Amino acid sequence: MKGSIKIDSSQCKGCAFCVEACPNGVIEIGAKRNAMGYFYAVVKKDGAKDGKGCTGCTLCAVMCPEVAIEVYREER
Amino acid sequence: MRGSHIVAEAALRAGCRYYFGYPITPQNELPEYMSRRLPEVGGVFVQAESEIASINMVIGASMAGARVMTSSSSPGISLKQEGISYLGGLELPAVIVNMMRGGPGLGNIAPSQSDYFQATRGGGHGDYRTIVLAPASGQELCDLTYKAFDLADHYRTPVLILADGMMGQMMEPVRFPVLRDVGKLPRKPWAITGAKGRKSHFIRSLILDPGQMEEHNWKLMRKYEQIADAEVRFESFKTDDADLVIVAFGTAARIAKAAVKRARNEGLKVGLFRPITLWPFPKKPLQEVAKRVKHFFVFELNAGQMVEDVQLALSGQSDVFFYGRPGGVVPNPAEISRIVSRQFFQKEIG
Amino acid sequence: MKKVFGRPKTLKPVPYHYCPGCGHSLLHRIVAEVIEEMGVEEIAIGVPPAGCAVLAYNYFDVDMGEAAHGRGAALATGVKRVLPDHLVFTYQGDGDIAAIGTAETVHAANRGERITCIFVNNAVYGMTGGQMAPTTILGQTTTTSPGGRVGNRDGFPLNLSEMLAVTRGSAYIERTSVTSPAGIRATKKAVRKAFEIQLKGLGFTLVEVLSPCPTNLKMSPIEACRWVDTEMVNYFPLGVIKDVTAPEEGKNAH
Repeated sequence: MKGSIKIDSSQCKGCAFCVEACPNGVIEIGAKRNAMGYFYAVVKKDGAKDGKGCTGCTLCAVMCPEVAIEVYREER
Repeated sequence: MRGSHIVAEAALRAGCRYYFGYPITPQNELPEYMSRRLPEVGGVFVQAESEIASINMVIGASMAGARVMTSSSSPGISLKQEGISYLGGLELPAVIVNMMRGGPGLGNIAPSQSDYFQATRGGGHGDYRTIVLAPASGQELCDLTYKAFDLADHYRTPVLILADGMMGQMMEPVRFPVLRDVGKLPRKPWAITGAKGRKSHFIRSLILDPGQMEEHNWKLMRKYEQIADAEVRFESFKTDDADLVIVAFGTAARIAKAAVKRARNEGLKVGLFRPITLWPFPKKPLQEVAKRVKHFFVFELNAGQMVEDVQLALSGQSDVFFYGRPGGVVPNPAEISRIVSRQFFQKEIG
Repeated sequence: MKKVFGRPKTLKPVPYHYCPGCGHSLLHRIVAEVIEEMGVEEIAIGVPPAGCAVLAYNYFDVDMGEAAHGRGAALATGVKRVLPDHLVFTYQGDGDIAAIGTAETVHAANRGERITCIFVNNAVYGMTGGQMAPTTILGQTTTTSPGGRVGNRDGFPLNLSEMLAVTRGSAYIERTSVTSPAGIRATKKAVRKAFEIQLKGLGFTLVEVLSPCPTNLKMSPIEACRWVDTEMVNYFPLGVIKDVTAPEEGKNAH
């Protein structure tokens, strides 16, 4: 199953719960700061490597305190 | 009918369907009456675990748009002050009855007027006022309680009925007003009743921004000014030709009225000025009386509280003498007329 | 692609004032999701506390009425008695519900008041700056237990939920956590069940949620979660504490 996520970087506070929650290691805390001053979570550039990319499992969004992640899944 | 029962029945007739309280002497007859009577009219009575809990239940019921009351006596009212401050800040209507007793501390259960300051100065924390009504008869217990609910709703503010054990226990005939149809009471669009067919809203007293908090405070003050302009009540008894006017409220005013009659029989020109609203205090009407009368005799069942409002109103233009009996001692009219006669007409006025 | 996760409508689209990794943020969303999924937006009335969640009314898109510190259960009682068909819930922290508001909560439970208390237990006073809470665990350092909490000096961690389960008026009490996806699912299920039991009129319901407070625990958000999972649970075991709807044998686990 293929999925994708959209992280609202303006709302992210960099707690890294999503990084820990993602079973495929798709997310990381980036090197840029948002307007609130937090290093925010981003989808890794090579996140989809080895066929282990985002599956749209929603675990990251479930764990996101800021409701900053939207999850999309390929319809079958 | 007993005073406490009169208050309870009048509240019910005014559309009060919710009562939350905690037992304390000398006002237990009021919750007892409510516990029996409210279920008969589809209302709810809850005996709470404390005065603090009961006043917060009052807040909740008021938020939900209901006419609601609680009652207690001095030490219990101290506990309710937290909630009364919130009612003030949240701009919520509620009626609170204080059947005062002797204090401070646990004090006793005898009639006293020791909570005048607490009642008229807000009582709890923060810049707020409560309307304070001081009945002096069975009929007034009824009429003022009935009126209190209208005032509370109209101004969205807590209203205190300030009486004492004497008023609560006393039996007097009374004529009740009609039973209000609760469904026809004015709507409260501000209430929290579920966001059905409208946007959700909230009721809160937390305003973190000092500028907005100040604005909220000024808004409350404007409301209080409006109340002070429109809602002052008092009784003036034989003050037109008086050489001396007794100023007293509630039970003390009843005693004073009898003392006035005794003094008049002795040929002494004594009158009575009785504030019915303690806040707003009838300042201007008292000043009117002071244009004709030089001597004022403030009589209270405490160590001297309302006398400060009298002095403020008269701002040093008149003689103000104070006589008080704190601690639950209730003097008879003869004692008052004797003091008035000896202290004043023989010495001062001469 | 189809959207499979987004913000519930009952949660206003405004950023939280909470710290990074705060359990309040997660729990707000969970409660909002349950309200939306049950379709009870129009009858839901929330009672926020004094504490970090005092501004909860800025986030929930349902009617809300603010309570004084600890008085949530009493205020909610007043609301519910006037509006018996509404869904009335309080949202309270550990200091609010288990210290200053203990009496109000115990007696609301004992009356079988048809309300739901959402009890956020993070073992510390958050808003006031990390003081010792009734639920601070033994040995835990706070700004008012600088050498660590000592039971016979500072009091022991208070198991309010277990206390409430003893009252005859309580119908459903469960303790969950929001430190993992599984915990979040369990919490959501518990909140839904509590709301359903309230609406059925079976009695008092409460969900205690162990929640990370990274700021006052002085840990990273993930470390704070692990501390809840490994330390806090020793004093506050997870699971259903009381459920009057369960088969006879599982009615009261204690």
